Amino acid sequence: MAQATTDAGSLAALMASKEIAITCGSGGVGKTTTAAAAAAMAAAHLGGRVLVLTVDPARRLANALGLESFGNVERRVDKAAFEAAGVVPRGELWVAMLDTKQSWDDLVRRHAPDDATRDAILANPLYENITTRFVQGHDYIAMERLYDIHTAGKYDLVVVDTPPSRNALDFLDAPARMAEFFNSRLLRWLTVPYRSRMMTAASRPFYQMADRILGSQFLQDIAEFFILFQTMHDGFVQRARAVQRVLADKRTTFIVVSTLESSPLREAEFFIDALHERHLHLGAIVLNKVLPAYLLDPAAASAASVMEREAGAIGADLAPLLAAEPADLTRLVADVAASFHNYAVAATREAEQRTELAGAPEVVSVPQLGGELTDLAGVLDLGQHLWRPR
Amino acid sequence: MVVDLLDRKLLFVTGKGGVGKTSIASALAVLAASHGRRSLVCEVDAKGDLASAFETEPLRFKPREVHDGVFAMAMDTEQSLREYLKLQLRIPLVGRIGPLARSLDFVASAAPGVKEILTVGKFCYEVRQASYDLVVVDAEASGHIVAQLTAPDTIARLVQVGVVREQTQWMLDILNDPAHTGVVIVTNPEEMPVNETIELAARLREQTSVDLAAVVVNRVLPELFGRGEEELFEGLRRPEPAAALAKRVGPAAPLVLDAAELAVRLRRTGAAHLVELRDGIVPAAPLLYVPELFARAKGLRATRQIAGALGEELGF
Repeated sequence: MAQATTDAGSLAALMASKEIAITCGSGGVGKTTTAAAAAAMAAAHLGGRVLVLTVDPARRLANALGLESFGNVERRVDKAAFEAAGVVPRGELWVAMLDTKQSWDDLVRRHAPDDATRDAILANPLYENITTRFVQGHDYIAMERLYDIHTAGKYDLVVVDTPPSRNALDFLDAPARMAEFFNSRLLRWLTVPYRSRMMTAASRPFYQMADRILGSQFLQDIAEFFILFQTMHDGFVQRARAVQRVLADKRTTFIVVSTLESSPLREAEFFIDALHERHLHLGAIVLNKVLPAYLLDPAAASAASVMEREAGAIGADLAPLLAAEPADLTRLVADVAASFHNYAVAATREAEQRTELAGAPEVVSVPQLGGELTDLAGVLDLGQHLWRPR
Repeated sequence: MVVDLLDRKLLFVTGKGGVGKTSIASALAVLAASHGRRSLVCEVDAKGDLASAFETEPLRFKPREVHDGVFAMAMDTEQSLREYLKLQLRIPLVGRIGPLARSLDFVASAAPGVKEILTVGKFCYEVRQASYDLVVVDAEASGHIVAQLTAPDTIARLVQVGVVREQTQWMLDILNDPAHTGVVIVTNPEEMPVNETIELAARLREQTSVDLAAVVVNRVLPELFGRGEEELFEGLRRPEPAAALAKRVGPAAPLVLDAAELAVRLRRTGAAHLVELRDGIVPAAPLLYVPELFARAKGLRATRQIAGALGEELGF
């Protein structure tokens, strides 16, 4: 069981052989940090231009990379930040944050047939709402931006941190869903009452009901929006298919990130299955915040037990050596021992959870370091755990 | 106002993904029920965590008693729509016109606020019906909760006429009354959850009229050393005491000390984030602390333990 927390996998080979690496997993497992650390290691050791594209604006991460903040435009991490961390980087590290609203606007600008349509869409009060919820807009736009960057060919490797989706799969299906949406009966449907008031007998009851519930003006507003939106059909669908192809390409890999807690791990397993089903490349599993293996060491456990049982005697024994009150030392020794047992329980649970991940390709464990990232050196330290030599 | 938390009728439990929303929502329901308050707890995103918290089979839209006095359900907007049409708009036939109801569900997805109002409306409806003393919503994560809470406003703004608009006022009356409704933000003593909590508290204040009832800090690590103890602990690393300790407990003694150092480091990092949290929420909201349980599996036992911890915090 002890080896469960010492998976010595590495992302080095994966980062060297792929052009796009997408980290995925549930919220709070350290996706963004993992993406940044993997990218920093790739830039430092493999060379080339490496971009980390994140959706999670952790201020501390930006600061750790020596940047006040970063936005939609890619920014380069100063070489001096690497040097301050004692590393002479072979390549360049770039970062960008995904501003979904901005990216959607860009997309509309690109695909709108004319200026009037573009302005009408951007000004429509329903625009933002519909793009975000209807076709999993945030997820789609993340993949769209990735495609854009990839095809521009400026970077050798792009590491992407995915949005924390409620349904972790949304972003994989987003391009297909986008295409589907444009071809859907629903869209035709929504645009009918505006185009023509001629309704079939079958749909009349619906409109009557919908009118009564929502008011016909509102339905018409919706219809108007979709009629405008439809003009972008060809561009959108073509693009969505291209994005889909990039995701499935051999040069793209997915890294599932999790902790060893039950709920993120369940989502990780779900994700692994989903990648298999879609014939997408699962490159590695990164387990973050894994408690250290010594917590599972039987000798340590027995030492803690003796400390707990004989705290009084130990306190009396050692107090003169430390010029302390025996009672104080006894309490301290008992607390330290109890704390060990607490953490050992947590580590044992983690090890059990770990065994459920059987059959995964490359499993990389990152220990619980207990501190906070404050500079690039910290990011690279974390990266060391992702990057063990074979 | 802390004691007041469980006297409310409707609590939206939200927070960043992974902080333990479901555990806290379940525990609040269990705590209320243990004081004789019939509680309904509802999972909004159908991940199944709520069923795990009660170690029961998957939940449905129709509430089921999962624990003494605790009923649980899973939100399903299509079914909520049916119920809405039937009970509130008094539109008959809905059972027979399945495809039409589905189509309306499509429109509901497209129109801002409609989907949310089906969710929020269901909870407000339960509050109005008073079939439960407390409705606890295991709500959307921080990113979506504001849209959900402002749905009746959105609808009232966008929909000029129609039955739905007429339905918004009584919902607003329930949501905006602190005696009825409150938001509980769950967080952990970590950077991102704390940042999101501070941001969400600000957005709630600026964009909604719903009261922030409490912030629950989940998984607070225990303080290992009191004043002066740290120095004493470090003394144990010195050669002479270290040798004496190893002689008594075996050569693995340093590992036990390593574990204590890890615990101290984790606790200290967390404590710094708690200070940021306390300073960041203006005006201050009650902060409730739930200790780390060191049992990473979720289940009924953990739910009860958390309920106990919350009970102590609330003096309930």
